Amino acid sequence: MKISMQINGQSHVVELTDEYTPLLWVIRDMLGLKGTKFGCGKAACGACTLHVDGEAVRSCSYPVKFADGKEITTIEGLGDATNPHPVQQAWIEEIVPQCGYCQPGFMMATAALLDKIPNPTDEEIDDNIINVCRCGTYYRMRKAIHLAAEKQSALKTTNEPTNS
Amino acid sequence: MKTKSYILILFLLMAGFVLASMYTPSESDYVSVPPSKKNSETPSDVAFHKMMDVLTHPRCVNCHPNDHVPKQGIEGDPHDFGMSRGENNLGFEATKCTTCHQTENNPYSGVPGAPHWSLAPHSMQWQGLDRFEIAASMMDTERNGGRTPEDILHHLTEDKLVLWAFHPGVDAKGEPREVPPVSKEDYIKAVEAWFENGHVIPSN
Ligand code: FES
Ligand code: FES
Repeated sequence: MKISMQINGQSHVVELTDEYTPLLWVIRDMLGLKGTKFGCGKAACGACTLHVDGEAVRSCSYPVKFADGKEITTIEGLGDATNPHPVQQAWIEEIVPQCGYCQPGFMMATAALLDKIPNPTDEEIDDNIINVCRCGTYYRMRKAIHLAAEKQSALKTTNEPTNS
Repeated sequence: MKTKSYILILFLLMAGFVLASMYTPSESDYVSVPPSKKNSETPSDVAFHKMMDVLTHPRCVNCHPNDHVPKQGIEGDPHDFGMSRGENNLGFEATKCTTCHQTENNPYSGVPGAPHWSLAPHSMQWQGLDRFEIAASMMDTERNGGRTPEDILHHLTEDKLVLWAFHPGVDAKGEPREVPPVSKEDYIKAVEAWFENGHVIPSN
């Protein structure tokens, strides 16, 4: 079967025989976008989190057939070194990663959270950011999430059109 | 003659005691009669119990918790990762049921899925109730979201999320999940029969 998707703003058409192939496999192995990680393959760790039509999804457990016609954003599409997303910038400033393996998934989950709740409380962070970090960087992540919220709302205020 | 009779009765009594004391009943000598096999039951009662054999199964009760936490597995364990019903029974704002659960079972990851995967609203809590209480709750418009008997019949026999119980897929180890003790066809027939007969809940 043929699957058409927009990935990070670019159209992609892939052809597969198994419609249950995880989206993660397609993103990493067919399209070479290696930022999204494989951790558990059971929707348990969140390393593979990306966005499908703006919603956080665990791509290891997302059959590619459901991605047909959808807009996918991976960590590569969130921002880059010259133009980082507020979440990525906050992650840099708080020096969050240790080994780094889990971090793209956490950043994607955080970006989805800030889209829904621009200034999350600690409780809202605990509810929504339930990925797993084997290096235990949770403390720095929490600081980075609050910093990212500040940065994102500052950016929104700057970009908002004035009435004058 | 009278004395002989007394001796004979006494002998028989003693023999009876000796034989009785030699016999120790074991648990397997008793057959418990399931509710659906009671002699006095009407066809409606039989249908009721067959339906409730399914509705009391963890495949159904796990999504009708008495708190805000979905349950999982045959033991009805709290859902992993601290997931909860959230504002609208669909999980939290950014991490929702659909972050992991899609509209079909996932044969590779073992994550179960069905259309509109979600928890039953809190008023529809069944966990901890017996079959009679569950049925009463299910038919009570105060607790069932104002549903009519027709709505309930539809939910029980046609809702894909409910019927998922009979096709629950494999778990994270690739092992098939346990299904309710009645086949889907027999369950649907029983539900229809119970509603046709006036959806009477038998006395406990
Ligand atoms: S790799 Fe997808 S959740 Fe762990
Ligand atoms: S930084 Fe190593 S697993 Fe999270």
